[in-house]
Amino acid sequence: MDNDRIDQIIDKHQGEASSLIQVLLEIQTENHWLPKEALERVGEKLQVPLTRIQHIATFYKAFSLVPKGRHEVHICVGTACHVRGATRILDTVEEATGIKPGETDLDLKFSLETVNCLGCCALGPVVEVDGKVHGKMSPVKTAEVLKIYE
Amino acid sequence: MARLNSPEEVENFRQEILSKRDPNMPCISVCVGAGCIASGADEVIEAFKAQIEKEGLSAKVDTKGTGCPGFCERGPVVVIYPEEICYLQVVVEDVPEIVSQTIKENKVVERLLFVDPVTGEKAIHESDISFYKNQERNVLCNNIKIDSKSIDDYLAIGGYSALTKALSQMTDVEVLEEVKKSNLRGRGGAGFPAGRKWEGSRNAPEPIKYVLVNADEGDPGAFMDRALLEGNPHSILEGLILGGYAIGSHEGYFYVRQEYPLAVENINLAIKQAEEYGLLGENILGSGFDFKVFVHQGAGAFVCGESTALMTSLEGRAGEPRPKYIRSNIKGLWNKPTVLNNVETWANVPLIINKGADWFTQIGTESSKGTKIFSLVGKITNTGLVEVPMGMTLKDIIYKIGGGIPNGKKFKAVQTGGPSGGCIPEELLDLEVGFDELTKAGSMMGSGGMIVLDEDTCMVDVARYFINFLTDESCGKCVPCREGLRQMHRILTNITEGKGKEGDIELLEELAETAVEASLCALGKSAPNPFLSTLRYFRDEYEAHIKEKRCPALSCKELISFYIDPAKCKACGICFKKCPAEAIDGGKKKIHIIDQEKCTKCGTCFEVCPSKFGAVTKISGEPVPPPVPEEERMITKKSKEK
Repeated sequence: MDNDRIDQIIDKHQGEASSLIQVLLEIQTENHWLPKEALERVGEKLQVPLTRIQHIATFYKAFSLVPKGRHEVHICVGTACHVRGATRILDTVEEATGIKPGETDLDLKFSLETVNCLGCCALGPVVEVDGKVHGKMSPVKTAEVLKIYE
Repeated sequence: MARLNSPEEVENFRQEILSKRDPNMPCISVCVGAGCIASGADEVIEAFKAQIEKEGLSAKVDTKGTGCPGFCERGPVVVIYPEEICYLQVVVEDVPEIVSQTIKENKVVERLLFVDPVTGEKAIHESDISFYKNQERNVLCNNIKIDSKSIDDYLAIGGYSALTKALSQMTDVEVLEEVKKSNLRGRGGAGFPAGRKWEGSRNAPEPIKYVLVNADEGDPGAFMDRALLEGNPHSILEGLILGGYAIGSHEGYFYVRQEYPLAVENINLAIKQAEEYGLLGENILGSGFDFKVFVHQGAGAFVCGESTALMTSLEGRAGEPRPKYIRSNIKGLWNKPTVLNNVETWANVPLIINKGADWFTQIGTESSKGTKIFSLVGKITNTGLVEVPMGMTLKDIIYKIGGGIPNGKKFKAVQTGGPSGGCIPEELLDLEVGFDELTKAGSMMGSGGMIVLDEDTCMVDVARYFINFLTDESCGKCVPCREGLRQMHRILTNITEGKGKEGDIELLEELAETAVEASLCALGKSAPNPFLSTLRYFRDEYEAHIKEKRCPALSCKELISFYIDPAKCKACGICFKKCPAEAIDGGKKKIHIIDQEKCTKCGTCFEVCPSKFGAVTKISGEPVPPPVPEEERMITKKSKEK
């Protein structure tokens, strides 16, 4: 991500230090992770020390300081999904991808995360891949869904 | 669109919108809430549009995407107006039939109707469906009537009439008094009276004040705020403007969690539309009242649903709570008086202003007024959002609206109040829901999550699950919460893995007490609730895990084994094919055997074994019977022998 694009995002938020989280969120959404250079640029422009940016980037779950895979798999482990067997769905994905939550595989194909609730509780257990929600999953269905992604 | 400059202009404009609309024109409305989209609503609505065009009906039939009516499990939900025929689980393939039958011939497509699980009767209209029939939908009812992206739709159903009423007929003090009189209590959890909170801010000397919408719906299993934000954003916005007017604030914020992208989109759009119409901004409707609203996204931290943490996060810092020696309605965001209310609370405000506090106080119990939206999820037949008057019994909600427990299972408990809530057992099902009633039972209202648990749910595992959740989400500021919860989680995990020992329960109780006493914010103070309430009502389950190494619900992986009953196995081979661990030894006409060493206990065999055989069973607390000797494994057809 180049500095011009980062500057654009910062300008959109009027360059205020209080919009730090919003700026980081936008960079995260576009770039899928927060490279160190980007954080330095943000710190410089918003006049915020890098330590505070690091604090925020590590405090909030939405941020990643390492590159992500091409497909982000989110397994909902909210209560409704949990009682309907989310753990088994997670096991299936771990088995199929060889990675644990928070990790990315070596081919940069999948990144796996658990999330607390996607608000689709009536369809539990749910799996979200690249923003698309797949509902009423079973281990067998999950394995099939993962095969769609290249 | 020109700005509307007075309340009269809004009313005139409303009449203009209505005069252009034919109430008898057929309208196909498809729910496009996140739940239905996950079930394919986007494709369905596109298919309707294409089909309508193909048949040359574009001028005669309207198609729109609406907000969430709450019956997400049976989505995509399609309602055909004006007859209000309700079709469930509609797929693209059903579209031509609906258009040719219902739209053109006025016939009902029977197979897409709701079938009552108890009586077997079909319900044609939404209002006939048992799930909806017993609800009282004051806040949620408009979701299905409007396109959430259209301000004109909101105006057409009487939207912003509370605002015009307030600005033209009421002083700011009168608005405040009406809300106070209604005894509206915060829907986000603690149930603090909204009017009193507002009054505190209004009376604070500081001239700059803020009003905030807490749309950081973090409780897993609760999604009523999502439905409102996505489905009827203007109703929340109208409430917020009224709040700003009442306390003398000119700036409002929505703090929306980042996991709800559609909600963020719809709220931003609603703000833009309201600004264009002159319902937001400077000199609103010529009243001289200025009010601006901004949207701030959360970044995935549960603790930011806590009031002071939310404000810290809004200021652009890490969301950690602070002590509340001075309440945030006096010193909140940027140290200014700040009123923070939950989405549902704000959505109730226009109703109170429109219909009056006396109308509102007729509904509900002595101490809890109005209706409350619950998300009824988990092991329940009709899953979705239910809005009921306060004071309805849990039994009525679960059985009359929810349709009871599916698959003939037995009810065990209902978990209310989110992660820090508690589990309520069967013997307390006659409890009337209300803020104080639930607290007395050891649980709490929380934001209204209601997760039904059946006999297959292990209560120790439920406690472990919530403590794990809260360990993860603890911001780390207070030691009893940060470290105490971690230790509680360890002990609970040991218990569920069969490593529990005498004294564990007492140790857990001690840790719980410390966290309750010595944490700063509500997250830590209420974190031990899931453990305490399950211990209070289900102590026997804890003891079975610790003393007998047995999981009574047959759920804890480490304490159960899967076993194929040789007398029941018909060698159909399904489990053999489906087992992901290749742990099943089978063969033609050969009794199948699970290799306990290889078994990962994923439960696939248990699920796929045809119910007419029911050969796969779970065993806990006793050894697995030895496998059938090889020479006895052949299945011979008994009928032929005879």
